[in-house]
Amino acid sequence: MWFLCVFFHRLLDYRRPEVESLAELFGVFEPMEDGSPVRPGSLEWKLPQNHHVDSPFHFVNLPSEDVARNIARRSMLVKGIYELWGEGTTDDDLEKAIRGFPDERKLPYLKTESSFRIIVDNFGKVISFQEQNERIRGLSYIPFKGRVDLRNPDHKFWLMEIDDYGENNGLPPVVERRIFFGREVGAADRKLLPTYQLKSRKYIGPTAMDAEIAFLMANQGLARPGKLIYDPFVGTGSILVAAAHFGAMTMGADIDIRVVRDGRGPDCNVWSNFEQYGLPKPLSLMRSDNNLPPWRSGLREVFDAIICDPPYGVRAGGRKSGGRKLLKGAVDPYTVPEEKRFNHIPSTAAYSLAECVNDLLELAARMLVMGGRLVFFFPVLREDVVTVAQFPDHPCFTLIASCEQILSLRYSRYLLTMVKTGHYTEEISELARKKHLDFRENHLKWMEEGNLHSAVFSSSDSQTTKSLFDRDSKPKYRGKYTFCGIIYNKIGGLSPKYDRSVISTFKYSLEKIFKYKYIYASDYLDRNINSY
Amino acid sequence: MRLLTHNMLACNIKGVTNGYPLRLEAEKWVEKEVDFNADFLRGVFPKIEWPALVGAVRALGCHDLLPQDAPNPSALDSDDDFLHRFHRALLQLHVEEGALVCPETGRRFPISKGIPNMLLHEDEV
Repeated sequence: MWFLCVFFHRLLDYRRPEVESLAELFGVFEPMEDGSPVRPGSLEWKLPQNHHVDSPFHFVNLPSEDVARNIARRSMLVKGIYELWGEGTTDDDLEKAIRGFPDERKLPYLKTESSFRIIVDNFGKVISFQEQNERIRGLSYIPFKGRVDLRNPDHKFWLMEIDDYGENNGLPPVVERRIFFGREVGAADRKLLPTYQLKSRKYIGPTAMDAEIAFLMANQGLARPGKLIYDPFVGTGSILVAAAHFGAMTMGADIDIRVVRDGRGPDCNVWSNFEQYGLPKPLSLMRSDNNLPPWRSGLREVFDAIICDPPYGVRAGGRKSGGRKLLKGAVDPYTVPEEKRFNHIPSTAAYSLAECVNDLLELAARMLVMGGRLVFFFPVLREDVVTVAQFPDHPCFTLIASCEQILSLRYSRYLLTMVKTGHYTEEISELARKKHLDFRENHLKWMEEGNLHSAVFSSSDSQTTKSLFDRDSKPKYRGKYTFCGIIYNKIGGLSPKYDRSVISTFKYSLEKIFKYKYIYASDYLDRNINSY
Repeated sequence: MRLLTHNMLACNIKGVTNGYPLRLEAEKWVEKEVDFNADFLRGVFPKIEWPALVGAVRALGCHDLLPQDAPNPSALDSDDDFLHRFHRALLQLHVEEGALVCPETGRRFPISKGIPNMLLHEDEV
């Protein structure tokens, strides 16, 4: 059954993976026949004609209306899922399509005893109240028999359109106008976000996870009642709050005892964050080191998901046990005198991202159940070529989603979702360690402590970047392909005055800046500026 | 700290081979309500070290809560009363103040405000 799925125009990379995760959560994919863990399937997707993949309008094939409703309600990024009654480029096309839509699927929702409401929505443009009314009157060919109820209608109908004006919030221009009309099957509950927003949370730290992203992570981790979710870098608990909201049981650990134990007093700590929202508190919080986890040796497969935001040294660096000098072998371990052992604060050393991610994968391979999910953020310098092979991997895991969130011109972070698909054995652990050493060698230049930080904050700057990204050209949203759109618009606006040499200069700077995106950009320019 | 956590933790000082189970010394413990979920309990049951759980429950003075020997997993389906007692032992008993003591070295890992501190000193890593 095909549905029209309309997304909020944000976090573009995260939208489809979220729907796929929720489809898995609501049991769309059949378990494998041999009883082996569920290998997440994927949904069938289509785009409206001529639409770019970043378009807010998608079509998705789902088994039933109930599944569609459940997915929409729980999702953060789905604005709504609709039964499409008709689409077209002009009002006449739309009318024809709606008239052609089978009566047996229309009439049950148009009955006298039901109430309804029509909502007019235009992507990227505000339309006046008067115009909205005109559009609604234009639908008079649909035999609505029911009563209009704007507050609590039984059925909501949406008339949505995307226009052919030049700039679409940074999207490459849409080739033609498209109008959709459909019945709402389910819509997102964004009321969650004002409730959980960080500014009204009692206890937060400098790296507390934004509520929207935390909920997305919990969705990627398939949080639900009866599942146990662990965050080894719990901090102020912002990720576990989202997991607990969806009914999962939670556990967290952190190396900083002041954060987990004390907070800012008896009413302002990790526990109070859960209290504030009336959520069940974590089963356990503890202080431990991800580098030397204190689990008993035989313990395997207890967590259903591990969701975390590892410290990668841009805003906050990771720490592990053992002093800096001690680990280098420069000094012998300091022997703590007996009388001082009780409240002794052990020294810690910097914990590089490479090591931290390796420990995380090792922990997850051991402690996740089969089919369990590891969801974490991984930073990437944007001048680097990003391919799947560059993400850390482990023989026990299959990467099922990588979603980019651009944080600055210099770096972005990817939310990686991995599923445990192989059993953990000592041999695999050894193999993974070797693989990790290779990985580390290849990325030594920035994975080591401090390098990422300096790459992000250094003042040295290439001129090309500056000239192209001055203030007024700042994109309205940060989609993957935004820059091409901006550059295109720049050229488009100036084109009569310039000849092809200007365009090739632009191409050259594109090549310098994007490297990996160059192919796309160049192709894009060729297709769109041939007329000049 | 819940007894579920106690069941999972061991002393990981370098060179220690027999760091499990940690002896529980509870100065103060309370009972906290946790939503009952039978599926979760059935899933976690095979992963529990039964003697360690019984030991911990007794250290809190609840001698009759759990049987000495691990029951057959079928009891989880048939014996509702047992399931609730298992739930209470594993998830509702919460140690606020006390310590976890390594059986081999005697190292004390303090528990304060419900948080066990498992971090090692410099000479232990």
